[in-house]
Amino acid sequence: MNHWIIAPVILPALLAPVLAAVMRHDIVLSRVFSLAGTIALVVIALGLASLASSGGTFVYELGNWPGPFGIVLVLDRLSALMLLITSVLALIVLLYAIGSGWDKRGRHFHPLFQFQLMGVSGAFLTGDAFNLFVFFEVLLIASYGLMIFGGGGMRLRAGLQYVVMNLAGSTLFLIALGTLYAVTGTLNIADLAVKVRELPLEDAALLRVAAMLLMIVFAVKAALFPVQFWLPATYTNAPAPVAALFAIMTKVGAYAILRFYTTVFGPDVDATGSMPADWLMPAALITLVLGVVGVLGARRLVPLASFAVLASMGTLMIAISLFTPQATMAALYYMVHSTFAAAALFLLADLIISRRGDNADWLKTALPISQNGLLAALFFLVAIAVSGMPPLSGFLGKLLVLDAAQSSVDMALIWATILVTSLVMVVGFARAGSVLFWKSSTLKTEAASESSPYIEPIPTPVLPIISAAAPIVVLILLTVFAGPATNYMQATATQLFDISGYVNAVLGAN
Amino acid sequence: MEMLVASAIGVLTAAGIYLILRLRAFPVILGTAMLSYAVNVFLFSTGRLAVNAPPILTKTAESYTDPLPQALVLTAIVISFGMTAVVVMIALGAYLETGTDKIDIATDEEGDAA
Repeated sequence: MNHWIIAPVILPALLAPVLAAVMRHDIVLSRVFSLAGTIALVVIALGLASLASSGGTFVYELGNWPGPFGIVLVLDRLSALMLLITSVLALIVLLYAIGSGWDKRGRHFHPLFQFQLMGVSGAFLTGDAFNLFVFFEVLLIASYGLMIFGGGGMRLRAGLQYVVMNLAGSTLFLIALGTLYAVTGTLNIADLAVKVRELPLEDAALLRVAAMLLMIVFAVKAALFPVQFWLPATYTNAPAPVAALFAIMTKVGAYAILRFYTTVFGPDVDATGSMPADWLMPAALITLVLGVVGVLGARRLVPLASFAVLASMGTLMIAISLFTPQATMAALYYMVHSTFAAAALFLLADLIISRRGDNADWLKTALPISQNGLLAALFFLVAIAVSGMPPLSGFLGKLLVLDAAQSSVDMALIWATILVTSLVMVVGFARAGSVLFWKSSTLKTEAASESSPYIEPIPTPVLPIISAAAPIVVLILLTVFAGPATNYMQATATQLFDISGYVNAVLGAN
Repeated sequence: MEMLVASAIGVLTAAGIYLILRLRAFPVILGTAMLSYAVNVFLFSTGRLAVNAPPILTKTAESYTDPLPQALVLTAIVISFGMTAVVVMIALGAYLETGTDKIDIATDEEGDAA
């Protein structure tokens, strides 16, 4: 048994209380330890990813109780990949929070941040459905604290809305788990996979109810239509580094759908069959359309970014709901891309807001900001990535999704939706970029006679700009090394659909 | 017995959902509390209802009740307790900051606040 598997959960879980109790008055010490912990998490995630890339499924039995009786953590290629995305994103966001001084605007940023990492890592590693619920609650309760970090009336109200929505979601999660337990008598994912396939068809009705309830719960997390409404208000009002970190939160929902609806309620299960895909596909298509309509209609930059995240979740879920290994490979590639693209967008928006004074992120012309050219160039790159234009990874991701949809019966609909929404997205981002940067430059020549051509000149801050550009570097790397990346993801998808491999690894000798 | 438990869960859930749909902080908090009670009772019943049976399997026991749902309920109670505390604090903060306890955020308000 490899004890490193539990390290991504233990490390932040131990670090957070120390940060909260011992170092709360010393911001420098908190920063150093939080940063060291996150760097260690990246190293551990890299180690686990190289371990998982050997192709095995590694099981960690808590308290040495064998599954399905004890709780198990399971490391395979998929969970290793998700851990790696989480830790790299966390490092970037933490650097930005430190560089921009966001972590000083309220109290306990670093402990909350570490608890959030603990919840997300646990959710990706666990091999038990109820344990997944517990880790969901851990990451949610930390996200409540981060969401209202820094305070302010509007943020608190949006935070309250977010909390209430997730409380209702958690209740539904428990009902779904209860139903699942009542039908199968187990909550271990591998054991569920076995029991669900052995279930006589006359008992399938209750199982279908459980499967659909679970899907609603995960759809809330993944912000799918018709439970997507919380996302724009939450992301818009959250502090910028938190919104960037939340890019991984929607992926937790996507991961849970991917895990549950292949391993447990896969297309080969008689009781549920293609039912999950039949419901997910229309929801994903509508989410994508809603997202781009929001991008086009947004009057401010941060809501525009939030709706772009919504649209990317739509594209991602289209790929997932095809439920074939090829489409899953495309989904994984697009998942990595959209996580870092969203993070880049929110961090960049914060840099822009901090330079525009009273204009904040309203999409109206104003005097050009400090470092106008540099930020405009970064925005241009992010816009290319988010809207899926060549040459960045968004284009490759969408191409993979389109390619995977070729064998689907809904091919025409999927192609039409993705292509048209991409065009609308380009229009939305072009409008935002030209209002923010281009038209502002023309305004400068008119205002040149006045005393100050710039609003407030700000010296170039190195760390915030580097950390805001870091996700773009990740995207460029993802584009350049698309070959090795897709090979790893192809292997991941194959492993995910090899259910007997997963079951044998977890239940082993039984 | 089954009828009693089932209707208790149903009434609690209905009351909880009604209160949540009021969209004011205090009724919503009560509503989520009601919902979590309903879920706790529901989780109990997922191990099948057995009266006067111990949750331990021994050689002498003629019947036993499933212990796992009881462990699940304990976890769920602790979590919902913590969550209620958090939501009360956030609701109080939001009320003191903005002077309104409405959960819903109207679009024009969003514009004013920015």
